[in-house]
Amino acid sequence: MVADNVMSLTFSLPQWQSFKAGQHYDIRLTAPGGYMAERSYSIASSPEDKGIVEYGVQLLEDGEVSPYLWKLAEGKQVEMRGPIGGHFIWDVSVPGPLILIGGGSGMVPLMSMLRHHANHLDDPPSPEGFGEAKREIVFMISARTYEHILYRRELERIGSQDRNINVVATITDNAPESWSGYKRRIDKEMLEEILGKYKNTDAKTFICGPTPFVEAVAKHMKALGFKSSDIKTERFGG
Amino acid sequence: MIINDDFIPKRKTSSKLPPGQYEERGFPVLSLGPTPDIDINTWKLEVTGLVDNPISWTWQEFNKLSKELIIKDIHCVTKWSKFDSKWEGVPMQEIFNIVKVQPGPTHLIAHSYDGYTTNLPIEDISNGKAWVATAYDSDEIEAEHGGPARLLVPHLYFWKSAKWLNKLEFVDRDQPGFWETRGYHNYGDPWQEQRYWND
Ligand SMILES: Cc1cc2nc3c(=O)[nH]c(=O)nc-3n(C[C@H](O)[C@H](O)[C@H](O)COP(=O)(O)OP(=O)(O)OC[C@H]3O[C@@H](n4cnc5c(N)ncnc54)[C@H](O)[C@@H]3O)c2cc1C
Repeated sequence: MVADNVMSLTFSLPQWQSFKAGQHYDIRLTAPGGYMAERSYSIASSPEDKGIVEYGVQLLEDGEVSPYLWKLAEGKQVEMRGPIGGHFIWDVSVPGPLILIGGGSGMVPLMSMLRHHANHLDDPPSPEGFGEAKREIVFMISARTYEHILYRRELERIGSQDRNINVVATITDNAPESWSGYKRRIDKEMLEEILGKYKNTDAKTFICGPTPFVEAVAKHMKALGFKSSDIKTERFGG
Repeated sequence: MIINDDFIPKRKTSSKLPPGQYEERGFPVLSLGPTPDIDINTWKLEVTGLVDNPISWTWQEFNKLSKELIIKDIHCVTKWSKFDSKWEGVPMQEIFNIVKVQPGPTHLIAHSYDGYTTNLPIEDISNGKAWVATAYDSDEIEAEHGGPARLLVPHLYFWKSAKWLNKLEFVDRDQPGFWETRGYHNYGDPWQEQRYWND
């Protein structure tokens, strides 16, 4: 479990293929009678983790595929197609600050980007002086409760090791007494406070989560003056 | 192929569902970036390329063209299908007649306000298979669903039905568009399950 309603699943792939952080696979289930159901799941693991693919699957109680994946016993197989997607992707060759904004399980592909970055922290800088050691990253998270924040421990660890990473969470429903962070949905003021200084820079923004979340955040970012062409979105539905 | 012997289907199958699709009652959104704001007062639709009468319509002019009611199933590559979606739009045949498409073009390239493009073989947009839609469910098309006007080519996966349409370009060679150069199938027939490059 990486959050209250999200389970981490790792598969080893007989024919593992290299991928870019942000891509997804299609998982296809086939019932004995031939009926097939297929859904997309983003890759949470980093491209450096060869041979495996990790997912973060959110449970939808009356869903068809996610409850099955939740109950999947160790050693079971599923059919996977991918890696897929050539737009919502990022790698360390892209210059500029990186802004990641995730709602709920929308954090999954962003985590792959962050892990990819972390795996290159110790690389020597390029001749132009770029390098992950200097990369500024903001990871904004919107979660219903504290327990719904995905990859909490890992984020705390990465955040404490890398001084250029700013992890900001907002809890929308049931913030604990001790919570000193934001307690509302991501709005324009919040984005201005945290990201204002990245306006008119070459920062790249990735927004992922349920459709209404992505629509709202992308709209605010544009209103703040961020260029559409620097904002990439992935909508999970719902 | 892997059979998941303990997998119990929860959704009804239907002969209207292409392989790998499920029925969705809502209308999900899938776009590559933020939804653009398009002002109806400055909106235009250009038709260029291999035509005798290149043209640029304003919203008012475009809405004077004759329209049809279209009720079709639509299929998105992200697996959902929506049955009997109700649109209103100008048939592509009408546009062909007005701009006088020359004999040469093999493809139509649709361009959108956000820089998106997609390619369609000429055969797939003639003969009553494609429209420029201006209304959905008896109302204007919401911005997140591609309004004011989007292409409607329901027999192909829905990424071919470009949102926020602003230019139709007739060309004499294939030019794969945004998703087609990023791993998605060049043609996109849902019944053949042509989702990705190798399908
Ligand atoms: C590019 C992409 C990447 C994605 N990445 C992830 C990811 O990393 N993690 C993740 O968790 N999800 C991800 N998703 C979402 C995922 O693909 C599935 O949509 C999600 O897991 C739900 O699938 P399901 O089969 O469990 O639910 P479905 O069976 O598809 O149902 C979805 C919802 O609709 C309701 N519903 C629909 N039809 C019916 C019906 N006939 N009767 C009753 N209820 C119905 C269900 O109650 C449920 O709440 C991604 C989606 C996309 C497009």
